[in-house]
Amino acid sequence: MSFAAQGDTPYNYAYLDEQTKRMIRRALLKAVAIPGYQVPFGSREMPLARGWGTGGIQITAAVIGPSDTLKVIDQGADDTTNAVSIRRFFERTASVKTTEATHEATIIQTRHRIPEAPMQAGQILVYQVPMPEPLRKLEPRELETRKMHGFAEYGLMQVRLYENIARFGEVTTTYDYPVRVNGRHIMAPSPIPKFDNPKMDMSPCLQLFGAGREKRIYAIPPHTRVVSLDFEDHPFRIQSWKQPCGLCGAQDSYLDEVVIDDAGGRMFVCSDSHYCETRRAEGHAGPMLGHQAAGTLAAASTPAKEPRP
Amino acid sequence: MNALVSPNTLKGALRPILSARSVSRFYGERIGCADVSFDLWPGEVLGIVGESGSGKSTLLRCLSGIDRPDAGEVLFEATPGADFLEIFDLPEQDRRHLMRTAWGIVHQNPRDGLRMDVSAGGNVGERLMDRGDRHYGRIREAATEWLTRVEIEAGRIDDRPRQFSGGMQQRLQIARVLVSNPRLVFMDEPTGGLDVSVQARLLDLLRVLVRDLGLAAIIVTHDLAVARLLTDRLMVMKDGRVVETGLTDQVLDDPQHAYTQLLTSAVLAV
Ligand SMILES: Nc1ncnc2c1ncn2[C@@H]1O[C@H](COP(=O)(O)OP(=O)(O)OP(=O)(O)O)[C@@H](O)[C@H]1O
Ligand SMILES: [Mg+2]
Ligand SMILES: [Zn+2]
Repeated sequence: MSFAAQGDTPYNYAYLDEQTKRMIRRALLKAVAIPGYQVPFGSREMPLARGWGTGGIQITAAVIGPSDTLKVIDQGADDTTNAVSIRRFFERTASVKTTEATHEATIIQTRHRIPEAPMQAGQILVYQVPMPEPLRKLEPRELETRKMHGFAEYGLMQVRLYENIARFGEVTTTYDYPVRVNGRHIMAPSPIPKFDNPKMDMSPCLQLFGAGREKRIYAIPPHTRVVSLDFEDHPFRIQSWKQPCGLCGAQDSYLDEVVIDDAGGRMFVCSDSHYCETRRAEGHAGPMLGHQAAGTLAAASTPAKEPRP
Repeated sequence: MNALVSPNTLKGALRPILSARSVSRFYGERIGCADVSFDLWPGEVLGIVGESGSGKSTLLRCLSGIDRPDAGEVLFEATPGADFLEIFDLPEQDRRHLMRTAWGIVHQNPRDGLRMDVSAGGNVGERLMDRGDRHYGRIREAATEWLTRVEIEAGRIDDRPRQFSGGMQQRLQIARVLVSNPRLVFMDEPTGGLDVSVQARLLDLLRVLVRDLGLAAIIVTHDLAVARLLTDRLMVMKDGRVVETGLTDQVLDDPQHAYTQLLTSAVLAV
């Protein structure tokens, strides 16, 4: 099946040729069969700038069909340049519906966040991964890290946490916090905040991870144990905030600190923009909602955020 | 320590802990080591001496599982009474496990044996975390205890190895290896590159540790004084082959082989 976009040269459905999609699907099947194991794949060039999540886009392209509804989030928001261009890309090449509503989506491609609204059975969450190897910072040799995974030699990963506690009194890693999947492989959850780690555990959705530059695919099948690494006497803890979201009053969501005026005024708002809007539409109000500066923010709905790697 | 010696009279030592059978390794045409056979008994300290290029390190790398010999066998008794394992017949996973638990290797160059960007405590604690220890406080306690035992101040526990002197780095390597309670330790020139006074202190420490822990050890050295101080038995190597073997004092005081005579007289002449 080939499509022609506004008279341009024709290309295949969802941009990738069928052979490439089959190759990616084979890698995905293997990844699902061995939860948390990094499967090498022949990553392709995509018509998007590097660092724009080509690994995630290739996975989405390999699993998407015309009856799917796609949501794309970048740093929690649906309307950043990155999210918008990926969404447009699939609207054009795969003629799919798109949405900002988490519960309406069948496929959610994400960078930096897992939505606050609970994921459901049948949904696929596709993560864009810049650095898939959780052991890389500790062991630069690829052959050696492969053996460490193969033999489940994970003492060194624990040494990294030990070093953190020894130096700072606690584990200071706040995003891309390593997890153990299905009691076996240690996995990098991509740069999501550790706040989102518990959402991966026993999730009813299928979670797929794509690293384009590093040419790796891995997966967490539905209802799989995902445990964040820790020590018995320094248990894993997620971030928490002293105040609720300034706009919608949520106390259970991941908050970003944003500057709201020239005087350096600040407020905390949900990083998941759709979650925040939905709550406000339902009548929830945060302490800053009436605030003049916060008003523009609520209207713009996406606060300016500091980029994370 | 030499008073202990005669291996065969050691109580309960019915079987060797390690047995090398015709171990050979070649580098292309060149001999690394050839046809080396010996038994090491529990609690015994064996020295390997010989001039530069005689094959000491090559042999040690084969015995300790780092390099596979081209011929011969290395048999190891992982726990007392257990079956002998041919270490190179084992799946790699099991061999790596043995290398991190049942024995330890102290490298001549501390950089090969330490993680230079990990604190002293992390270096010592790694083997505990390898085996599954997940209590930070207890790992730290064990690390503190071992640092103290190798005479590194507990207050240096969070320092990196590169902030340590050469002698301290060697002692840290020893603590890192001994923390997992191994049965056997391999050391390649453990005092090499150290000042004489630092060497003496390290030797004293090694003597005490080996005696107190009842460790078996194989120590490579080209320094006959080190051999005399630390080892029960000596193996003299030349051109990759063992030319003489015997109790350390006998070999040093009454060398039989012409090459050993040369070696011992050279040391006397110094
Ligand atoms: N990686 C290698 N490649 C080729 N030849 C090697 C290699 N390592 C050692 N050899 C050779 O094998 C022989 C034994 O070397 P080995 O390093 O075992 O000697 P050694 O007794 O440890 O010497 P030294 O006291 O200098 O450390 C030498 O002829 C050496 O040149
Ligand atoms: Mg050598
Ligand atoms: Zn909100």
